[in-house]
Amino acid sequence: MSKVKLATVWLDGCSGCHMSFLDMDERLLDIADRIELVYSPLVDHKEFPEGVDVTIVEGAVSSEEDLEKIRKVRSRTRILVSLGDCAVTSNVPGMRNMFGSEAIMDRAYLENAQENRKHPDKIIPPLLTQTRPIHEFVPVDVFVPGCPPSADHIFSVVADLLDGKTPDQTRFLRFG
Amino acid sequence: MNVRIVTLSIDGRDVGAREGQTILEVAGENGIEIPTMCNLTGLKPIGACRLCVVEVAGSRKLLSACTTGVTEGMQVTTDSERLRNYRRTILEFLFTEGNHTCAVCVSNGKCELQELARKLGMNHVDVPYRYPRRDVDATHPRFVLDHNRCILCTRCVRVCDEIEGAHTWDVMGRGIDSKVITDLHQPWGSSTSCTSCGKCVHVCPTGALFEKGHSVAEMAKRRQFLPYLSTMRGAKE
Ligand code: SF4
Ligand code: SF4
Ligand code: SF4
Repeated sequence: MSKVKLATVWLDGCSGCHMSFLDMDERLLDIADRIELVYSPLVDHKEFPEGVDVTIVEGAVSSEEDLEKIRKVRSRTRILVSLGDCAVTSNVPGMRNMFGSEAIMDRAYLENAQENRKHPDKIIPPLLTQTRPIHEFVPVDVFVPGCPPSADHIFSVVADLLDGKTPDQTRFLRFG
Repeated sequence: MNVRIVTLSIDGRDVGAREGQTILEVAGENGIEIPTMCNLTGLKPIGACRLCVVEVAGSRKLLSACTTGVTEGMQVTTDSERLRNYRRTILEFLFTEGNHTCAVCVSNGKCELQELARKLGMNHVDVPYRYPRRDVDATHPRFVLDHNRCILCTRCVRVCDEIEGAHTWDVMGRGIDSKVITDLHQPWGSSTSCTSCGKCVHVCPTGALFEKGHSVAEMAKRRQFLPYLSTMRGAKE
C-alpha cells in the first residue's frame, strides 16, 4: 500500500495543537509507518508540495501571509482538516477583531515598546482587518475543534482518514 | 381537584398527560429529550430561544415545546431533518452574534451553550462571525456581567423578577442591539434595587454572569434553590 502524504501547517495559533498532536505518543509510531510527512513545522521543508493527501492546519487566518498560504495549501490538498479552536472559530487570535488591526499594532509596537517605536515595515506580514476561521476563506473537509483538541480526538480523526473512512466528527467534540 | 387527562402522541409514541401541561414537560416525563436554552424549570417559560421547536400535525408553523400546551389527539414530532436544521442554525446564531472564546471563559467546561453545541454535534459554524464590540460591567462588588457571552435568554430577568422580587434586570434595545440592563441602564454596582442575592448569576446558562474571583473554567453554577423557592412563591400567589 502506498503511503498517505500528510502535511501539517501552522497559521495564527500558539502551537498547542501541534503539541497535542505529538501527545499521541506511541500511537505516532503506528501513524509514522503509514504516512509520508511531506511538510510540517516539525520538519524542514521550504515549499508546500503538490499532491498532498491530508493537510492538518492549526491556527486562524490573521495576516496576508496566512491567507496566501492557506489558498496554496487548499489548492494542493485533497482533504483539509481544521485543527483546534483557532482554526475553527478564530478563538483567542480573534479577540482582537472588536478593536481593529490598527489598535493592536499601536498597542504592540507603540504603547508597549521600549524603544524604536514604530509600526514594522518589513519581515512582519501585514495583518488582515480581522482574524477569521479557515473555512471562511477556503472549503474545509474535517473540523476538529478544542483548545487544544485532545490527543485521542486527533488520533481518532487521523486514524479514520488513514483508513480511508469519513472521520467521526462528534465522538470527542468540544470547544474550549 | 379535578385533573383532566389528555392523550397525545410524541414521536409516534402514545402518551398520557394532564391538561395544562406543556409539550416540553410531557416529553421530559416520557424520557424524550428536546433541546432548550431559555427554559429553566422554576421560571416562567417564554419561548424566546426557539431551540425547543417541534412539529405538530396540522400546523405549518413550528411551535415552541416550552410554551405550547398539550391537547387531546395532538401528534408531535420532536426530531426531524427540518428541526435539526433549524436548531443548528439557531445555535450558530447564538455563537456568532456575541463573542464566545470558550478557551478563556470562566464557564469553560461548565456552560450550557457549549454543552448544547457538543450534544447537537455542531463542530463548526457556517454563519459568518460578527465579532461585535460589547462591554463588561464589573462595577458590582461581587458579580460581573460580560455582555460578550450573553445570549439574551432572560433567565436573569425572570429570576430577579419572579423569585427575588427585585426586578433589577430588563432588556433594552431592539434586535441585534438588544442587551440586558440593570435598573434604568446604569452600572450594576450603583443599582439601588439589587439585593446582591446572586440568583441571576446562578441561573445564567453561560459565562455572561459570574462571581468575582473565578478564573478560566472555574465558575460552576448552583441552582438547588430554584425548585424550592419557585414552589414557595407559587404557593403564596
Ligand atoms: S459562555 Fe459558554 S459558549 Fe460562551 S465562551 Fe463561555 S463557555 Fe464558551
Ligand atoms: S443579585 Fe439578586 S437582586 Fe441583584 S440583580 Fe441578581 S437576582 Fe436581582
Ligand atoms: S446575562 Fe445570562 S441569564 Fe441573563 S440574558 Fe444573558 S445569558 Fe441569559
